[in-house]
Amino acid sequence: MRKISLKKIDSLFSAIAENSVLYMPVDTKTGAKFEQWENGKELSDSLNTVRSAKDFFFPQTENLMDFKVEGKKIEVIDSRSETEDFVVFGVRACDVKSFDVLDKVFLAEPQDSYYKNRREHGVIMSLACTKPNETCFCTTFRIDAAEPAGDVVCYKTDDAFYMDAKTEKGKKLLSALEGITEAADDTAVTEQQKLTRERMSKLPLASLKADAFGNGKTKEFFDRPEWKELSESCLGCGTCTFVCPTCQCYDIKDFNTGHGVKRFRCWDSCMYSDFTKMSAGQPRLTQLERFRQRFMHKLVYFPTNNDGMFSCVGCGRCLAKCPIQMNIVKVMKKLGGNSNG
Amino acid sequence: MQEIKREVLVNKASELLKNGTVDRVFGWKKGEFDYDITPALFTTAEDIENEFVWGDFCGANFSKYLIKETGKSENKVLVFLKPCDTYSFNQLLTEHRFDREKVYAVGVPCNGMLDTGKIKSSAEGISKVTDNGDKVVIETLFDGEITLDRNELLPDRCLNCKSKKHVAYDELLGEDGAVLDSNRFDEVEKLEKMTPDERFAFWQNELSRCIRCNACRDVCPACTCEKCVFDNPNSGVENKAATNEFEEKMFHIIRAFHVAGRCTDCGECSRVCPQHIPLHLLNRKFIKDIDSFYGEYQAGAEVGSRAPIVNYTTEDIEPGDAVRRNENA
Repeated sequence: MRKISLKKIDSLFSAIAENSVLYMPVDTKTGAKFEQWENGKELSDSLNTVRSAKDFFFPQTENLMDFKVEGKKIEVIDSRSETEDFVVFGVRACDVKSFDVLDKVFLAEPQDSYYKNRREHGVIMSLACTKPNETCFCTTFRIDAAEPAGDVVCYKTDDAFYMDAKTEKGKKLLSALEGITEAADDTAVTEQQKLTRERMSKLPLASLKADAFGNGKTKEFFDRPEWKELSESCLGCGTCTFVCPTCQCYDIKDFNTGHGVKRFRCWDSCMYSDFTKMSAGQPRLTQLERFRQRFMHKLVYFPTNNDGMFSCVGCGRCLAKCPIQMNIVKVMKKLGGNSNG
Repeated sequence: MQEIKREVLVNKASELLKNGTVDRVFGWKKGEFDYDITPALFTTAEDIENEFVWGDFCGANFSKYLIKETGKSENKVLVFLKPCDTYSFNQLLTEHRFDREKVYAVGVPCNGMLDTGKIKSSAEGISKVTDNGDKVVIETLFDGEITLDRNELLPDRCLNCKSKKHVAYDELLGEDGAVLDSNRFDEVEKLEKMTPDERFAFWQNELSRCIRCNACRDVCPACTCEKCVFDNPNSGVENKAATNEFEEKMFHIIRAFHVAGRCTDCGECSRVCPQHIPLHLLNRKFIKDIDSFYGEYQAGAEVGSRAPIVNYTTEDIEPGDAVRRNENA
């Protein structure tokens, strides 16, 4: 465990930024947002950024390749530029867990080389939570907000920053910072963790359990009549999917630039009427089916295909942002019965 | 605080269900917290008794839901309408978007609805929100409680409420109010005074946050196309990619043009935007221009009115005069 005084936090950031691009959450008048650090920018104390940290590895829009057509010849051009090393600082436990979920999708064979490239160049410096929000429910998915995963785990106390390397990448980064940090024991951190865990247990959603859902529960939940009432007022917008740290569906399209073709991909949303549209049309004709798809994917299909891992991390962004205030917690409570109350 | 109590609405809904006037009720349903209220369709008096909510977080406008719901049954559906909702209601009737005979509309007075975004930016870990009239007490999980002026927590659409008068209803609960002199064009005037470069920078900054979730379009009572051009793969302009370039601005500007003359200024677009983009300002600019070029016009004030921009008269302003107004100013 290494430590640096809070007063010297800028020297820590500038030391990191010397070797790689450094991103961290900063406050804006419309909420916290990841921005590239430069002198004068202050780390936000917010729990959630409005957009999640998935953007770093799975951006909303990216160009995949270009095609040049000359006569009968088609040239395929890899339009990727080499990704530079970067550090994402201040990622909360829920968002760090979301990378595991995304890894299952993008690093399974055949691996997504665009995603993989970014993952390899990125170092995650997570930040333990101390004051959870009423919308937080990461404990439901067995995530410990007091001790996030990540390459380096950081803890902010009243007077210092504590850092603990958890991976090779993390050790390399911390050893480069040894000149400005000092060795520390974990007394202050343990104390903070105890308080945070106590607070977590008092949250309004602390008793929410996901046990009713998971691997192999498709038949049990698919035809439940409650889907109708739950989806009744859904607007079919993409807010929940776009602020979600684990939603990973995308669309790939070709764009005619006038002098060639650009192939790009962008986030898609199962809430949209043209989602997964095929030659025979859209397989989910009603908003009920589209709504059900999203929650079944998070709570049943994903765990069924990934050794029981849920694809919700309890960050609470959808609770805060849904225009009609419908969300996964309400769905779990309605469908999961009393054990989820 | 709302002047009409929840019980009055609950009793009214139960009475109309029991006497067979309606068989479904649109209402606000309680959530996990004080503020996360969901628009819902109730079918039994029991559900209404247990889950119906009326209070400071009932901002959702049900008018647009009537399009789908009235198509599902021959029976009437009950809808509670706040004054601003009634303008959307009338505008949809003007556009023949639902059958008036299939709706029983009950007007409810409104003292303004609190802005959840403003509450969340003033406190963390919100456990309870109590409205004492002029003051709102926000209790938190770990920081004690704070008391704020109610006005500080109102969204712009309520701070600058255009009307407390219901322009459509079958029955009214409580007293009706009046059309108000609001300051709703003040912000527009500020934008008009900017140089084109400043104005461009303002919108560039605001619209660059857009994530293309389409919540503004999907909630908008004036956006009722069966298939939006932006969702239609055959349109040639369908696009889900959010870019910080020309297209994002085009989406919002095209939408504002499309609803010009039909937008009642209900403010739902800004309420639902997850990125707090002041989208209503685009619409208000059109409303202000229509008012100044053709005389005051409020969409939805009455059923069947023709918006000036779809109604030719020989007194209409010459297009050239509209373009030259800045030179004369």
